[in-house]
Amino acid sequence: MIYLVILMVFVGIELIGHVPSVLHTPLMSGANAIHGVVLIGAIYVMDHAAEDDMLSLVVGFIGVIVGTLNVIGGFVVTDRMLEMFKKKPGKGGKS
Amino acid sequence: MKHLQEVLFLLGSLGFVVGLKMMGKPNSARKGNLVAAAGMLFALLGIMFFKHGQEGIHVVNNVGLIAAAIGVGTLVGWLMAKRVQMTAMPEMVSLFNGMGGLCAALISLLEWKFKGDAIANMPAGEYLAIIAGLIIGTVSFVGSIVAWGKLSGKLGDFRFPGQQFINIIMLLAIAGTAWMNLGAASEGNMLYFYLVIILAAVYGLLFVFPIGGADMPVVISLLNSFTGVAAACGGFLYHNNVMLMGGVLVGSAGTILTIVMCKAMNRSLTNVLIGAVGGSSAAADSTGKSGGTVREVQATDVAILMKYAQKVIVVPGYGLAVAQAQHVVHELEGLLESEGVEVKYAIHPVAGRMPGHMNVLLAESNVSYDKLVEMEHINPEFATTDVVLVVGANDVVNPSAKTDPASPIYGMPILDVENAKQIVVLKRSMKSGYAGIENELFYNSKCGMLFGDAKESLQKLVNEVKTL
Repeated sequence: MIYLVILMVFVGIELIGHVPSVLHTPLMSGANAIHGVVLIGAIYVMDHAAEDDMLSLVVGFIGVIVGTLNVIGGFVVTDRMLEMFKKKPGKGGKS
Repeated sequence: MKHLQEVLFLLGSLGFVVGLKMMGKPNSARKGNLVAAAGMLFALLGIMFFKHGQEGIHVVNNVGLIAAAIGVGTLVGWLMAKRVQMTAMPEMVSLFNGMGGLCAALISLLEWKFKGDAIANMPAGEYLAIIAGLIIGTVSFVGSIVAWGKLSGKLGDFRFPGQQFINIIMLLAIAGTAWMNLGAASEGNMLYFYLVIILAAVYGLLFVFPIGGADMPVVISLLNSFTGVAAACGGFLYHNNVMLMGGVLVGSAGTILTIVMCKAMNRSLTNVLIGAVGGSSAAADSTGKSGGTVREVQATDVAILMKYAQKVIVVPGYGLAVAQAQHVVHELEGLLESEGVEVKYAIHPVAGRMPGHMNVLLAESNVSYDKLVEMEHINPEFATTDVVLVVGANDVVNPSAKTDPASPIYGMPILDVENAKQIVVLKRSMKSGYAGIENELFYNSKCGMLFGDAKESLQKLVNEVKTL
């Protein structure tokens, strides 16, 4: 697993190295959505919770909600930002 | 079938890496986001429906509740993200980031509870993953909420002397408490565990509160990578590679992005965190010289000035975003162009509240991409420019960044607007910008001030240019 961590650190550095500053905000937002993968952890927690353990189920439920918020909100906001960058065919022409 | 979950997780990880790669290029950025989202979908399908159990592959326990929670989260998240104004994007990103941090913290909280009596003989690695996820998640959650509050104007700056020192003490205290917790918890003493949460929350407050608004993007980016690390902790805990990869990827990419953003502002990360800009603003207030007089101009004069100019450069700033003036400025641009005036936009890397903020806003109102010129390319052009129209920008055109070594923003690259023949500043009042310092540009004899809301002023200019 340590191999994987070190490898990913370098992949991350390599990916972001030379990005025009225009894309910083969408990129941050996109990365924000990706760490929503933490949602999987919340699902694990729900998986482990016994069916009569109300407290854990409630907390896990909230965990899944906020995790999903992170994922969905993150991707949708990023998409809305990037929508603005789409190329318009021709100069000043409408697509 | 047996390895379907692994295959889906692998597809998920691939989606993250390829998606992030594509997001780094303007042409493929939007597709990249979708690729990353598809990766997330694969990973979620894998965890939900292809769990390995005694009787082969089956769905996860409590699947109904989980699906319901995902439904609620999807609906709320979708609505929030769709409804938010373009100008409020930065705080939205911060808020979603905070949700991720909260999620990580809740996971650790519950895993700790599940361990129960097994805490005493828990492997050190596992303990580390739980407690680190808890601490980092909490800091990220509280910090992001503070950042969100500050950006949306709900919270102000808050500073006190010796802050850095106290923050370091806090970090040590958190580490110490986490260490003691290991011993105490095996005897059933939960006190230290709760103390860790409280300390982490307080640290999150102290960490973000003093940082000035102009530095907020950097802080959000940093908190973003924190949440990534918190997610990676979860990956360790569950031996789940897609969580681990996604988390570490964001952790490292986020850190690099933070550093790149600092470089764009010509500041070091420590400089931002120690709060050089924020910290010295009190001193700047006292030395702030209000020497010289400010020349106030009327919309009519400015309209004439621009209509008979050869070349006009617009410098947009946060004021444009607040006033939602991106459409009016585009209208003005169109009018002037039809009069044969060359119009360009000078985009400072940190204009607005986030890098690229201005590009997004102006692109929204269909300003053509090649009219947006980045700082290093536009700076030589100011000398041949007749009128510079500064719309709600302040610190990014403050010449003291070049001339006054005592200035808190000294060394930050700025737009050389003072080289132009005429400067018109659209501004609500003489109030200082986010760095909290005076701008000597306003006292320049070439500079005229047009006071008022950016949108109203621009509208007036549009009307005047039309009637001339």
